[in-house]
Amino acid sequence: MDNIIIIAVAALGGLGLVAAVVLYFIASKFKVIEDPKIDEVEEALPAANCGGCGSPGCRAFAEATVVSAKEKKSLDGLFCPVGGNDVMQIVGSILNLEVTTQAPLIAVIRCNGSHANTPAKVKYEGASSCAFAHALFAGEGGCQYSCLSEGDCVDACDFDAIHMNPETGLPVVNDKCTACGACVEACPRDIIELRKKGPKDRRIFVSCINQEKGGPAKKNCAVACIGCSKCEKECKFDAITITNFLAYIDFEKCTLCRKCVEVCPTNAIHEINFKPRKPRPEKAPGAVPRKPVPKVAQPDKPVTMETETETAVAEKVEKKESPDNGKA
Amino acid sequence: MGILKTFALGGVHPEENKLSANAAIETLPPPKQAIVPLGQNLGAPSKPLVKKGDKVKVGQLIAEAGGFISTNIHSPVSGTVLKIDNVIDGTGFKRPGVVINVEGDEWDEGIDRSDEIVSDISLNPQEIVDRIKQAGLVGMGGATFPTYVKLMPPPGKTAEYLIINGVECEPYLTSDHRLMLEKSQEVIIGTRLLMKALKVEKAIIGIENNKQDAINHLSQLTKSIDGITVMALKVKYPQGGEKQLIKAAVNREVPSGKLPIEVGCVVQNVGTAFSVYEAVQKNKPLFERVVSVTGKDIKKPSNFMARVGTPIQQLLDAAEGVPENTGKIIGGGPMMGKAITSPEVPVVKGTSGILLMKKEESSRKTTGPCIRCSRCSTVCPMGLEPYLLTKASKLGKYDIAEKEMIMDCIECGSCQFTCPASIPLLDFLRLGKGKVGHIMRNRNKK
Repeated sequence: MDNIIIIAVAALGGLGLVAAVVLYFIASKFKVIEDPKIDEVEEALPAANCGGCGSPGCRAFAEATVVSAKEKKSLDGLFCPVGGNDVMQIVGSILNLEVTTQAPLIAVIRCNGSHANTPAKVKYEGASSCAFAHALFAGEGGCQYSCLSEGDCVDACDFDAIHMNPETGLPVVNDKCTACGACVEACPRDIIELRKKGPKDRRIFVSCINQEKGGPAKKNCAVACIGCSKCEKECKFDAITITNFLAYIDFEKCTLCRKCVEVCPTNAIHEINFKPRKPRPEKAPGAVPRKPVPKVAQPDKPVTMETETETAVAEKVEKKESPDNGKA
Repeated sequence: MGILKTFALGGVHPEENKLSANAAIETLPPPKQAIVPLGQNLGAPSKPLVKKGDKVKVGQLIAEAGGFISTNIHSPVSGTVLKIDNVIDGTGFKRPGVVINVEGDEWDEGIDRSDEIVSDISLNPQEIVDRIKQAGLVGMGGATFPTYVKLMPPPGKTAEYLIINGVECEPYLTSDHRLMLEKSQEVIIGTRLLMKALKVEKAIIGIENNKQDAINHLSQLTKSIDGITVMALKVKYPQGGEKQLIKAAVNREVPSGKLPIEVGCVVQNVGTAFSVYEAVQKNKPLFERVVSVTGKDIKKPSNFMARVGTPIQQLLDAAEGVPENTGKIIGGGPMMGKAITSPEVPVVKGTSGILLMKKEESSRKTTGPCIRCSRCSTVCPMGLEPYLLTKASKLGKYDIAEKEMIMDCIECGSCQFTCPASIPLLDFLRLGKGKVGHIMRNRNKK
């Protein structure tokens, strides 16, 4: 009985010993020498694996930074948009390199074709996917450049930074945006652009990508850029260029003077996070109210009312208690 | 008549609703203003040859082919070119087109406008193909593939059969049916011309069994002609698909990703055969076609011979207006057609029908969860698994979709038609097909 136990222990122990020796030599032969800095850099990264930097994940980005540091002695072209400058400083200190700070970016929606501004002419009932809707038709409002409101950008966002506003049918970007660019990729119409966040989060951009001539563009959408080039003339810094009846503001040159916003006849240029202007306080930041109706048009109103039946007019006048100065 | 032939895999039986089957073809007057889009065929759009202010005649070349897979476009009306600009198409997108203000109806001198039927074929095969190419013919079934490309088999391949597609399996549509009844002589001469161009001995005209009058009529006429047989086929959708028709008619299977010429077949639509006759024998380019205007509530379901560029509104007016509870206007049939965004869009070479659907039948049902009934796989005429492909395309797993042969999908819509949970299978199949096709083209470029 004892014999069997000894044989079994010896046989298994011997087998284990042989395997250990073999494994030891194999392990030392095929040892992968990896720069410990890769691990350190990876530790410093946000671990979002979003791909916003262009590498397929944080580990790959860490490898790329270490290789670049070794070969080029710089981190040019490598930037983690999610971590931003803080993380890049840490990465730089690990690799003993100077890191140039970059202005943080944010996604902006270059379409203001809300339900009110771009009234729907047709109804879409197909699959809830922008990519599919884009392949199928121009859009409910008729503008072939407009937002399709099916939310591919919302699905693409890993950071909970973009949401659909059910009232307008347009996506809204919040502070959580890391400028990873996933929504830019997802949008089949290239509506979303990454722009500089700007000082105090203030930025100005043309919220339209319609390249049609003014007339057809305006026909479908009240707030389309019509390419009138008023803003181009107004801008003293050559920041605005017009191509294909569409204005584009270069955010490198823009000084946020807001002059273009004032002259835009269709309110296509948006200003975000600015304090309300003193002479015209009705212009709330972000929101785009229609331009007030010109004063000349005012006397027309009662005239059109007179074409209706007299009782109806009387009722309306009573209800509104309007001073009916137009009739005089 | 023995057992009728059909294709083997899948297929569905939608309600036929051939409401306009007894309405003779009416010729519509030219519109007041013709809008001729420049991209009327599958492939590259055509290049305009006229400019603003030019006077054009009916049948005059106004745009030439913009590549190998592209076609000439001829003016459907006579008048003055108003502008060459972006015009709205059925999808609402703006694409380049020529707008012509119509003045009178003056035809190009070269066109033979007599009713006399020219049955002698004097041209040699190459000349026939050249005429067809010159006349800007495309497949009239709806896919609008340039006809002349199909008539030039790649080197090393020869055609054995010409199959004329008179199946018209789409519910509601009757334009091919009426052509076979009213223009039967022309269709048969067109078939003979195509046979000569392809140098084939055998032609089969495939017609579904629900068009008994057309079958009888064409059988009678082709009795004395060698090589042309009229084949009655069992009614099943999508028999009008090229691959399905080949399977049904000659029992051959086109390999995945290959063209019908691989199995020695060329398929042409009845409408194309008619246009071939007009182009070759009458020297009349393709600028008008038969369009069915139909729908359950429409007062006068009709078949119109309409010029290309006629606004759809004019056709609807001729059919005594749009009924009140119309939910959708569909360009094409109910299975494969697409809803159009505005009645102002023009008739193009590929418009086979205008279908007005009632509100209650056009709106989509609420989508339910998949109950794994596998009906979609059973009815798929290509033997695919639509649910799997839909899921793959929804999740962006285009590699799986490609492996599962999404590119073989013919977008017939049988899966979505049969789905008890009303899942938009076809929508996602089309999306996935577009994406996979894009990926494959990019890969081949490298």
